[in-house]
Amino acid sequence: MEEDQELERKISGLKTSMAEGERKTALEMVQAAGTDRQCVTFVLHEEDHTLGNSLRYMIMKNPEVEFCGYTTTHPSESKINLRIQTRGTLPAVEPFQKGLNELMNVCRHVLDKFEASIKDYKDQKASRSEPTV
Amino acid sequence: MAAAQAVEEMRTRVVLGEFGVRNVHTTDFPGNYSGYDDAWDQDRFEKNFRVDVVHMDENTLEFDMVGIDAAIANAFRRILLAEVPTMAVEKVLVYNNTSIVQDEILAHRLGLIPILADPRLFEYRNQGEEEGTEIDTLQFRLQVRCTRNPSAAKDSSDPNELYVNHKVYTRHMTWVPLGNQADVFPEGTIRPVHDDILIAQLRPGQEIDLVMHCVKGIGKDHAKFSPVATASYRLLPDITLLEPVEGEAAEELSRCFSPGVIEVQEVQGKKLARVANARLDTFSREIFRNEKLKKAVRLARVRDHYIWSFQGYEA
Repeated sequence: MEEDQELERKISGLKTSMAEGERKTALEMVQAAGTDRQCVTFVLHEEDHTLGNSLRYMIMKNPEVEFCGYTTTHPSESKINLRIQTRGTLPAVEPFQKGLNELMNVCRHVLDKFEASIKDYKDQKASRSEPTV
Repeated sequence: MAAAQAVEEMRTRVVLGEFGVRNVHTTDFPGNYSGYDDAWDQDRFEKNFRVDVVHMDENTLEFDMVGIDAAIANAFRRILLAEVPTMAVEKVLVYNNTSIVQDEILAHRLGLIPILADPRLFEYRNQGEEEGTEIDTLQFRLQVRCTRNPSAAKDSSDPNELYVNHKVYTRHMTWVPLGNQADVFPEGTIRPVHDDILIAQLRPGQEIDLVMHCVKGIGKDHAKFSPVATASYRLLPDITLLEPVEGEAAEELSRCFSPGVIEVQEVQGKKLARVANARLDTFSREIFRNEKLKKAVRLARVRDHYIWSFQGYEA
């Protein structure tokens, strides 16, 4: 399905902008001074519930994460605040990256399964309609 | 035993009560239930996940997705509606419009016409570029003039007889290949999806002469770029009879649900109700208006089984 590829593309776009530090900000980290790296709020620009809710779900599935939530700051602004707090001493960036990777894997798997299923359906239909033709 | 069943129900079913809905949110996160390992496991997900296509034709697609959560299913739905690109008319250069339809209304209508072109073969137009190139633009021409029909009967009042070209349809749109598009796309493959969409009506002496530029865009920008007419999903219904329902009550029960859901069978001379196909039900909750039967049925939905259906123009 195209949208799986879209979701994958969005996530890999997000990751490259994290890595290369593009001039157009896609991602910021906000942290209270003096605390360690376990409680971080990420600000993702040009994103909405599409990525926010699905990413929140994948990060919550990580047993190391104590808290994960997201909000849209205002419906007129397209950015979300995603907050992650981890148990223990794990830096919060790790579950964030892990969540993104896992979300990409899920989308890839869904795309593969979907395309295989469509192909099966088409083959079945073709083989069913052959005798009559 | 009962506690384990209740926990299973909380984890896997959304229950529709008489006055409210219970167990709405996903709760299977690590640490919420003791004795369950809810951490994300890609292998377990891949084993449980399946997609079954139920029906597919040119315009509609219906399929089941089992084993995925609402957050991700909703993300797919949102992306389908808003972020899958298509080609649609963006700029209209009007050379002559003497019809009764104003320029901007006509341009708006032209933008909504679905265009049969694979958006993956085109690029997005860069911002600020006025001239389109062959890699990001499709050009169409629409030139129609309405005249009086000289061979019409004297006292006829039927516009189809009296006038020639008085209705402008999408079949009047002609594709103008740019650059090397004529080599890449064979004749007749780039066109509006339907050729019988009425664009405007004319009377003798009126003319429409314009050039349209189609670009690639996404639904977030403007709804004309959305590839689906409607994309929706629903959860699989799960109807359980908590006690055996016999005789007249069985007939009543089958009338409270959509046809085909409840089947009344003759067992040992008595009529007995049985859930035949819960998938067909639309959950009108008619059962709750029946005082006797509402305690005999539990209405629920399976939390991770999504029945998708969407209608597009090219599936």
